[in-house]
Parts: sequence; structure tokens; C-alpha cells
Amino acid sequence: MSLLEINGLSLTIGADRILQDVALGVEAGKITAIIGESGSGKSMTAYCVNQLLPRGAMASGQLYFDGQNMLTLTERTLCQMRGRDIGMVFQEPMTALNPVQTIGAQVAETVLIHGAASKPEALKIARETLNRVGLPESEFPLSRYPHELSGGQRQRVVIAMAIALRPKLLIADEPTTALDVTTQAQIMDLLKRLVQEDGMGLLLISHDLGVVADVADHIVIMRRGEVVEQGASAKVFASMQHPYTKALFEASSHVPDRAAKPRDTPVLEVQNLIREYALPRTSLFGPVPMFRAVSGVSFALNKGESLGLVGESGCGKSTLTRAILGLEAIQGGSISINGQKVLAGHSVPRALRRNMQVVFQDPYGSFNPRHKVARLVSEPFHLLETPPKGAARNAAISEALEAVGMQASDADKYIHEFSGGQRQRIAIARALIIKPELIILDEAVSALDVSIRAQILDLLAMLSDRFGLSYLFISHDLSVVRAITDRVMVMKSGEIVEEGATESIFLAPRHPYTKALLAAAPKLEELMQ
Amino acid sequence: MKRAFKMPGFTIGFIVAFTFVAAALLSFIWTPFGTDGVDIVNKLKPPDSTNWFGTDHLGRDIFSMIMVGARTSIAVAIVAVGIGVLLGVPLGLAAAARKGTLLDEVIMRGNDLIFAFPALLIAILITAVFGPSATNAIIAIGIFNIPVFARLTRGGALSLWTRDFVLAARVAGKSRLRISFEHILPNLTNLLIVQGTIQFSLGILAEAALSYIGLGAQPPIPSWGRMLADSQTMVSFAPQLALFPGIAIVLTVLGLNLMGDALRDLFDPKLRRDRQ
Repeated sequence: MSLLEINGLSLTIGADRILQDVALGVEAGKITAIIGESGSGKSMTAYCVNQLLPRGAMASGQLYFDGQNMLTLTERTLCQMRGRDIGMVFQEPMTALNPVQTIGAQVAETVLIHGAASKPEALKIARETLNRVGLPESEFPLSRYPHELSGGQRQRVVIAMAIALRPKLLIADEPTTALDVTTQAQIMDLLKRLVQEDGMGLLLISHDLGVVADVADHIVIMRRGEVVEQGASAKVFASMQHPYTKALFEASSHVPDRAAKPRDTPVLEVQNLIREYALPRTSLFGPVPMFRAVSGVSFALNKGESLGLVGESGCGKSTLTRAILGLEAIQGGSISINGQKVLAGHSVPRALRRNMQVVFQDPYGSFNPRHKVARLVSEPFHLLETPPKGAARNAAISEALEAVGMQASDADKYIHEFSGGQRQRIAIARALIIKPELIILDEAVSALDVSIRAQILDLLAMLSDRFGLSYLFISHDLSVVRAITDRVMVMKSGEIVEEGATESIFLAPRHPYTKALLAAAPKLEELMQ
Repeated sequence: MKRAFKMPGFTIGFIVAFTFVAAALLSFIWTPFGTDGVDIVNKLKPPDSTNWFGTDHLGRDIFSMIMVGARTSIAVAIVAVGIGVLLGVPLGLAAAARKGTLLDEVIMRGNDLIFAFPALLIAILITAVFGPSATNAIIAIGIFNIPVFARLTRGGALSLWTRDFVLAARVAGKSRLRISFEHILPNLTNLLIVQGTIQFSLGILAEAALSYIGLGAQPPIPSWGRMLADSQTMVSFAPQLALFPGIAIVLTVLGLNLMGDALRDLFDPKLRRDRQ
């Protein structure tokens, strides 16, 4: 019998059917990955295992862990098992740790709760566990606080908490989604190593096929609360029996058709751009220390071109975007828009700003929830000298909405009536309405499911062909950048370290950082071949 | 509003608070007895069928005085909260819109200055300089509401300023002033309504306290605080004198707090989920 065996598991919350007849298994020392888009029930399946279900949830079926039916156990027994027999790693390492406790205390806590050891012993176990997850004592004493660690290091602490008591089963719910590409690869390697060393089972939940593809032994594909396909990884990748699996794979490596060829006239030219922030004063009279977030960046973006900007968090991508959008003044260099120059000490004036718009990452946070779509979409009209009124305004709104595949009647609805993908379309409509020449896409597809992402990429390609739009495409996702851009720039610590045609950079990177990024990025294409 | 009335706390609080508001409004056109006439023959009567809450040392009907007193208390509290909202909210919005600048520092340090003084002390100072009256009590209580609303608004606004939809509005070329009123303020209304009900109940308490020490509404205008003060020497043999104004204060404050708590739970989806 396998370590975890789920058979005919169904789950309802209130009147909603969340899971339907789910069956899967996890073997000791093996990795089972559940893959699905949002709403597929992948996380709920995991929460069924340790019975951390929301109120009003009713689970039925068989869920055998280590020979016991988890659905019939009392809360008391479950509490004893959680943390001791079943460990759990969450998505967001920033919020999974208590900010006012040291990392040593938090790892030791798991041990102490279960009364497995005395306090000094628990701290000893905490030390050993932190060593195992790659946080050696010399650099990471137990007295460190979470805010002193980076995202990847925090996730290691979370993993240490989960494995401190050497559980038989580890559940990892999107453990690398919030992390940078290079960190992502390291965390996956760590999980894989721990599974082999301890012989525990790992139930890995992810929306990203690429991330799990080369570590999982067994893959389960879920959609709308049902398992559509499962089997040994190699077999699933080779055969792909179910059309949904096939569609998911295709969407993950989707390349939109782009017909337009970029012209040689630059829309945006950035020269030696410098952007500095004042840091908190360290002495009362000395000069205010400055942090240079963008240092000497130069590039040009031509009409109709799609330029990619990749880099890990904190590299200065967002700061650069804000400077180009004229939200903040620049400290050095210049920004030219359609040949008109903005110099250091100034921010981009309104008259030039109407040539640019932006689409943000979060489809839920980028709209004021209290306004209707018409008002949201027409907001950029403020950049115009004489904004259209009455019928002309309504016609412009309808045109923008229809251009992104929405309906003119959607203008009278509130934003909460739309899904994430629809909201991102509305965000693009908002950017389009004043007919800008350049749209900055700040991680615009990162928060979307793969199938929706493919649709939005197609839409962007179509709009670029139709309106001759230029894109500055900012992303941490290399496969998306490869699919949609003509040229790509790699940014690190406020500087552009490499720039060139997308294909040549992906095929033959020169800078060591670019090489590292590409090596860490999940490669789905290779697995499929 | 419909959802609010499904919460028992809100309904009870609303009924209690609304009763006093209704009594205050009714007192303009009708009270069982007048409140400015002296009727020594009937002084210190215990509650009976004629004088429902009894009479005071001058023979005035306590029920009528509580009705008229509600008027004073509610008027003082409403105007005081109004002063706080009208001045505090724009100051908080301005400070948040210009975070880290001199304007922000001046506004917030000014607020700190007001907060640094005990409220009652300033109220005594104001009434000592300008003379005791209901108007001066309103000004004194109102001044102390300004930093409360300014800080709350600034805190809420700062977190909203980091949201993408505000960034989108900036990209759309809207001025900070316009964003403050179009995007920030509407998203803060819930917060302000909740704080408003709490400040309202605190205003009623403050008015009672000022009147109690003789710095609020002056005789012959009835006020709950003054009624309590007047009853001090007679409370052992005529407890109704202190009991009824005291109950009126407690009930109004309790009602408003219940409403405030319920509204906070209603507007904060996190708390709401926990209650279900």
C-alpha cells in the first residue's frame, strides 16, 4: 500500500462541488505532482489530506494515509499528526513566518508542540534541520529574524519547519511560485534531495508544468475538481492522452503569430538613465545616503517593436518603468519620446505621457472596485487636452472594449463581475483608449493561468499588428518573453548586462548572469521532445 | 444597509441610538412637561404615572429634561465629529498624497501636538478663556477629533496609494488632488463611518464630562452631564436624579458602539468570514 492513497474523494463547500471522485497516490520516497489551473481543486485536494478544510466543507470517499482513513479521525488525532507525520510548505514565504520570532524558535516550535524533545534538544534539532536545508550556522545562526533573510532563504526556513520532525509526507503548495527563477530551481533541488534522503513522500502542487516536469515521478492533471489524466511523468509527457493535457502543454509553450516587422524610427530612447532613492539618514549632519536603483541604463525601442526586459526582483525593472512613465523624476541621463528629450531633474511631461500606457500584473488590484468599467477604461482621457465627451466618449469606450475582445455592454458593469483574464483584457482596453504608441506590460501575464495567458499573448500580438504598437515587455518568465519579443534586455543590479535579438540571446547567451538565468529556467520543450 | 440590519449588534445598537435621536427631535415639538418652569411643591418626587422618571430638586420633570438633554448631547457630538471629519480628513489626504514632504511633516506633527495635550485640559483652557458654553464645548471636542481622523485617513490612504489602480490613475495623468478625492476617499468611507460612530459616542461622553464640571451647556439648558452634577448632593434620598441621566448616557454610548462594531465587522471581510 502506498503512503497516501486517495480514492473517490469528493468535496463540497456549502452548495459548491469542489472535488469530484479524485483518486491519486503518493509513494514513500517519490514525488507526486498535481497540476492544474486556478479553480481546479488542486490545493483543496491537499487540504483534504491534512483536514485543514474551510468551514462548511464536507469530504467523502477514502483518504488513507499510512493505513489510517484521515476522514474518520478526530481533530485531536489530526493535530498530533499535522507537523509530525505530515509537513506542509506554503506558497508565500513572506507571510508564512512570524516576523517577531527568530528562525530558530520557529523551527524548534514544531518539535516542541509535539513534545518530541526538551527545549535544548529542540534547538539542536532546529540547528541540524536548518543545516540540512542549506542555511549553515556560520551565516544563519538561530537568532536570525525572518526580515534578515531573502525570499528563497525564508522558503528554506519554512521547509525546515515542515521537515524538522522528519514527516512521512510533505505537502508543498506552489512552493516556488513567489520566487525568482534561479531561487526556484534551488528550492526544487532542495525538495528533491530531502525526499531522497528521508524517504518521505512529496505531494507537490503547482500551476506550472515546467517547474514540476523534471522533478516529479508521478503527475496528476486536474481540471474543475476532477483528475483528467495521471501517470508516471515520462509516460504522461510522452502520450498526453487527454485533450486538456495537450491543451495545457501547448498553452504553456504558446508562441503567438506576429506579422508586423518593427520599423527603424525609435519611439522611446533612454540614455544613461540614473534613478536614485534617498535612504534613511545614518547621521544627523552627514549627507543623505543614496541608493542607485537604476544606473546608466541606455536603450532604444522602435516603432512596432516588442522589447523584453528580464531580471529578478530588486533589479530595478519597476523603478525604470516608473521613470519612463513620468511618475518620478530622473537624476541623470535622458528619456526621449518621439524625439523629444526629457533631461535629468525633470519627470516626463503630460504631453509626452499620452504616448505611453501601462498594464500591471495584478488583474484584481489594478482597478478601483467602486467604479464602473466605462469610467475605469476612460481614465487615461485625462492626458488629452480635449477629452471626448458624450457620444464620442461612449464610442471610444466601446471601440477599446471591442478591440480587446470584450463587449460594448460590459461598460456598465462593475469590475468584480469579471474573471482575471477578462480584467486583464479591460486593463489593456484602458491602455489602448488614447491610442498610445507604446504600452509597457509590467508582468502583465504573470498572474494568469496558462490557457488565459496564451489568449492574452495572442491578443497582444494582434493589437501590435493592427495598431503598430510598441511593447516594453517586463517579465521574470523567460518562456513568455521568448514568445512575444523581438529583442530582449537582461537587467541586474540596476544595469543592463546583456541586450540583443531574442533568439540569439536564448540560444547563445554571453553574460554569465544570462547563462545562469537560462540554465535555471524550466525547459518544457526539451521534455516534450 | 440591508446586510447591516441582519447583524443583531447593529439592529440593537440602531434601535437604542435611534430612540434617543427620536426623543431629541420630538422634544422640539412636545415634551410631557416644560423644562424651564420651577414647581417647588412637586420637587424630588419619585417616578409615578404623571412624572415617569420623577422630578428634580426644582420640581422639573426628569423625563422631559432627558429628552431635551438628548438634543444637547447629540448636537454637540454631531457637530464635533463634523469638525473632525471636515478638517481631519482633508488634512490626512493631503499628508498621504505628499508623503515624506514638508507638508506631511507639518500636518502630522501638528496633530501630534494636539494629541500630546489631555483633551479635558484643553477643553478647560478653551472654556476658561472664552467662557463656558455649549458652543465652546463643541469647538473643544471638535479640535480633538481632527487628529483622530487625520491619522486614520493618512494611514488608510498610504496603503491605497501603493495600489495598482492608483498607479494607473497617475499614469492616466490625474493630479494627486483628483486621485485623493476620486480614488482614495471613496475607498476610505467604510473606515471613516466606523470611526465616526465611535467618535460620536466619545463626543457624547466628553460633552457629559464637560457639563458635569460646569464647562458645557449652561443652565437653564438641560444637559445629561449637568443633571448628574446637580444630583450629587441628593443622590442618597433621590436616586432617580442620577440614575436616569446616567442610564441615558450609558445606553446611547453602548448603542453607538454596538453599531460601530457591527459596521466594522461588516466592512472588514476578514472579520466577517470568521463570524460565519
